[in-house]
Amino acid sequence: MTHKLSADNLTLIRGERCLFSGLSFALQSGGLLILEGRNGCGKTSLIRAVAGLLSLEEGTVCWDDVPVGKQRQAFHGKLVWLAHRTGLKGDLTLVENLGFERSLRAHSRRDPEEVYERLGISRLKKLILRSLSAGQQRRVALARMLLADVPLWFMDEPFTNLDREGRALVMELVEAHCTDGGLCVMAAHQDVEIDAPTTRVKIR
Amino acid sequence: MNEPAREIPGIFAGLVATARRDLLLAWKRPGDVLNPLFFFAMVCTLFPLAVGPTAEQLEFSGPGVIWVAALLATLLSLNSLFLSDFEDGSLDQLLVSPQPLPALVLGKTLAHWLTAGLPLVLVSPVLAITYRMPFSVVGVMMLTLSLGTVSLSLLGSIGAALTVGLHRGTALLSLLILPLAMPVMILGANAVSLAAHGDVYTTGVWALGAYAAGSVSLAPYATAAALRISNE
Repeated sequence: MTHKLSADNLTLIRGERCLFSGLSFALQSGGLLILEGRNGCGKTSLIRAVAGLLSLEEGTVCWDDVPVGKQRQAFHGKLVWLAHRTGLKGDLTLVENLGFERSLRAHSRRDPEEVYERLGISRLKKLILRSLSAGQQRRVALARMLLADVPLWFMDEPFTNLDREGRALVMELVEAHCTDGGLCVMAAHQDVEIDAPTTRVKIR
Repeated sequence: MNEPAREIPGIFAGLVATARRDLLLAWKRPGDVLNPLFFFAMVCTLFPLAVGPTAEQLEFSGPGVIWVAALLATLLSLNSLFLSDFEDGSLDQLLVSPQPLPALVLGKTLAHWLTAGLPLVLVSPVLAITYRMPFSVVGVMMLTLSLGTVSLSLLGSIGAALTVGLHRGTALLSLLILPLAMPVMILGANAVSLAAHGDVYTTGVWALGAYAAGSVSLAPYATAAALRISNE
């Protein structure tokens, strides 16, 4: 089943400032969208707006040609979001955190143990998240993405805090996700080497 | 992705999971639970020392003092309802989850009541003894406090959701909630006083029950809408 995420003529105003206007893009199954722009230009805000957390001044975001606003809950069932703040509880262990996430979303067919192994966090299962390093916490947030059965990935600066190996792993995972027919929207500073049909959107 | 999509867990699973997570967090940080409880116990024990310990005064003021203290203790605990979720980004994650937000909110409020409201109800008999409350009245007090704290948790969640993005929103939260919470306190304290005098008190209890039922069915929707607004 192919999916389509499209945005038409988006305008977002925060306070007095217009972050972007007339911004459009379209993304098909298997495609990768990279958001570029300097710090504070509105990459995160764009992701938040597309996810339906910010109301746009103008323009519509459509999933499979239906406006997202008209099918919010169904759309949210199709996406998982790796945000800048991981959204994991520091007082809970890795397993407790991900167990909670699993009862919210559709599960993927991947075996959790294999996912932990692949992300190099299987040793940390019993530890509370507060005691992990920032990079390790980001890997746990990546595990949340892999354990959810959703076609659309939002990644806000996925390489932050990750070591070289971790960055390569993220690119590998995104590539595999796109090859499987998934979609990925990524805000990134670094050069991204991912073998997938890529669209670049520059925010000024 | 060619396989059929897996099912999203049901609405009840989301509610229970949210309540369970918050209870687990409260268990790991007992201080947050104990603070309002200490406040409640302290107000109730200090009051007789200040106004005088004669039996008459105590019997007269008991229901009122216990109810005011319960109201304030609940307000004290409400501030943190969504704050940590807001700060660590889990609120964003809840807002983009495929579960209906009112159900998740109800789960959170349920956990809040279990950790903030229920302990007050359970401790109140001990404090009632210091006010020379007869045994038959203690039952009425516990019943009204249970119904009342359920309403307070739910109504308070609306205020907590509206003020979550503001720094130091505690004062504003209290101002927003008090008009809605006042009837709960008046009805509750009044019912206990009537019971203590041997009068008919059931009207107040029914009214509190209606208030609680109304809050359970309406407040989660208001809170969910408020969260979407204040998290923009």
